[in-house]
Amino acid sequence: MAKSQVSMKVNGKTIEALVEPRTLLIHFLRDQQNITGPHIGCETSHCGACTVDLDGKSVKSCTVFAVQANGADIRTIEGVANADGTLHALQEGFREMHGLQCGFCTPGMITRAYRLLQENKNPSEEEIRFGISGNLCRCTGYQNIVKAIQFAAAKLNGVQFQEAAE
Amino acid sequence: MIPGAFAYHRPTSVKDAVGLLAKLGDEGRALAGGHSLIPMMKLRLATPANLVDLAGIAELKGARADGNDIVIGAMMTQHELIGSDLLTSKIPILRETSLQIADPQVRYLGTLGGNVANGDPGNDMPAVMMCLGATYHVMGAKGERRIAAREFYQGAYFTALETGDVLTAIRIPVPPAGHGYAYEKLKRKIGDYATAAAAVILTMTGGKVGTCSIGLTNVAETPLWAQDAAKILVGSALDAATVKKAVAAAEAITAPAADARGPAQYRTKMAGVMLARALARAKARARG
Ligand SMILES: Cc1cc2nc3c(=O)[nH]c(=O)nc-3n(C[C@H](O)[C@H](O)[C@H](O)COP(=O)(O)OP(=O)(O)OC[C@H]3O[C@@H](n4cnc5c(N)ncnc54)[C@H](O)[C@@H]3O)c2cc1C
Ligand code: FES
Ligand code: FES
Repeated sequence: MAKSQVSMKVNGKTIEALVEPRTLLIHFLRDQQNITGPHIGCETSHCGACTVDLDGKSVKSCTVFAVQANGADIRTIEGVANADGTLHALQEGFREMHGLQCGFCTPGMITRAYRLLQENKNPSEEEIRFGISGNLCRCTGYQNIVKAIQFAAAKLNGVQFQEAAE
Repeated sequence: MIPGAFAYHRPTSVKDAVGLLAKLGDEGRALAGGHSLIPMMKLRLATPANLVDLAGIAELKGARADGNDIVIGAMMTQHELIGSDLLTSKIPILRETSLQIADPQVRYLGTLGGNVANGDPGNDMPAVMMCLGATYHVMGAKGERRIAAREFYQGAYFTALETGDVLTAIRIPVPPAGHGYAYEKLKRKIGDYATAAAAVILTMTGGKVGTCSIGLTNVAETPLWAQDAAKILVGSALDAATVKKAVAAAEAITAPAADARGPAQYRTKMAGVMLARALARAKARARG
């Protein structure tokens, strides 16, 4: 099958490449571009480990063809840290609050939470849980992931994070 | 999980898309959000030789009021539906339903047009469209047709769409101000299709049901419009005995398959439970 020319911005860098139309975005990023932060958990559109930010939307990159992303502006976990190299508030939150165990779901979780906090600067616990309901974690039980996102929201809002009493 | 090979097309007008699809015939398939089609292509349950992506067609986007109707472009996503003030103020059941579809990532890309055109009995919007009395605008090689949602669904994955058709818009008559509404969906977890679900739109006058319409999701090969059940309720105060009769009438038209969501009988009963809950919530929300 003839290949298609695509051009997209990934983490601020313009990428030009030839892809087979059937190439999924996750395979394009991982196998052709060596951007391996987005993970493949299920490959069946359920787990969210492959989540990337595409034109301001959180999408499962295993359920998008690379050709559909032609012209898009994409951010993966590799592009989440601050410009000066320090950790983004979310990354710091996941570290401080133990928001990960094996870490497999973490790139997708953080990329999803990144968009969630753009849309809702001060989400309630319920809104966080609903907002990350497309991301599965097999380790943490989510409690600390929620705390990590609350930590990040507080930090981005310039207030001290208060852990709710348990 | 790599789909079969295909050629990719990205027209920028409905005219070009229809022309392409007419030329490609059975070799072509429209691609909207891709969140039903791509999973099927990965499983090789669908192996189109050509995909005609509708994402570049501006005229398929957005929603507008047109007299007493609202016309929604087929490519409006579920995420956009949730965020639309126009739709939420005029037809709030759309937001309530969208929030119960899949998960945030799926909703950013999944479209209303794709949801209603897909023909999967598990899709949530078709029963809501039947409940609302929506009409689909369909463009084919021979021009535009308008098809009532209530006449659109013929079997699992069989609809009134013919090869080469593009569903361009969904036209919904705005329900009366003060109407009550609810979409009640039983699912095993977030992101799951319905075990059973019920959509209700009703109006109340002086404590009695003035008009009532009911749709049921995933309890037959097609979504169901429960006309008899609704008729039983009109004129009643939604007292327990009448609701029980209506629930029985709704259950009687279901013919669910047994699957991982439960045996057929259970799913029929759950359709009844969802209907009773939807009626109670719609009543509480109705003014008049
Ligand atoms: C994990 C997961 C969970 C989900 N859960 C739910 C759920 O709970 N409820 C639910 O309703 N859905 C659910 N879905 C499906 C999702 O809502 C899909 O987005 C939707 O069914 C199809 O919309 P789409 O825009 O993605 O269409 P596509 O997948 O692109 O297309 C679906 C079909 O419709 C055809 N088509 C699409 N648009 C048009 C058009 N304008 N004209 C003619 N033909 C067209 C395509 O050719 C294809 O055959 C889920 C999906 C996933 C991946
Ligand atoms: S790998 Fe994409 S959703 Fe699981
Ligand atoms: S930390 Fe292991 S899957 Fe989430």
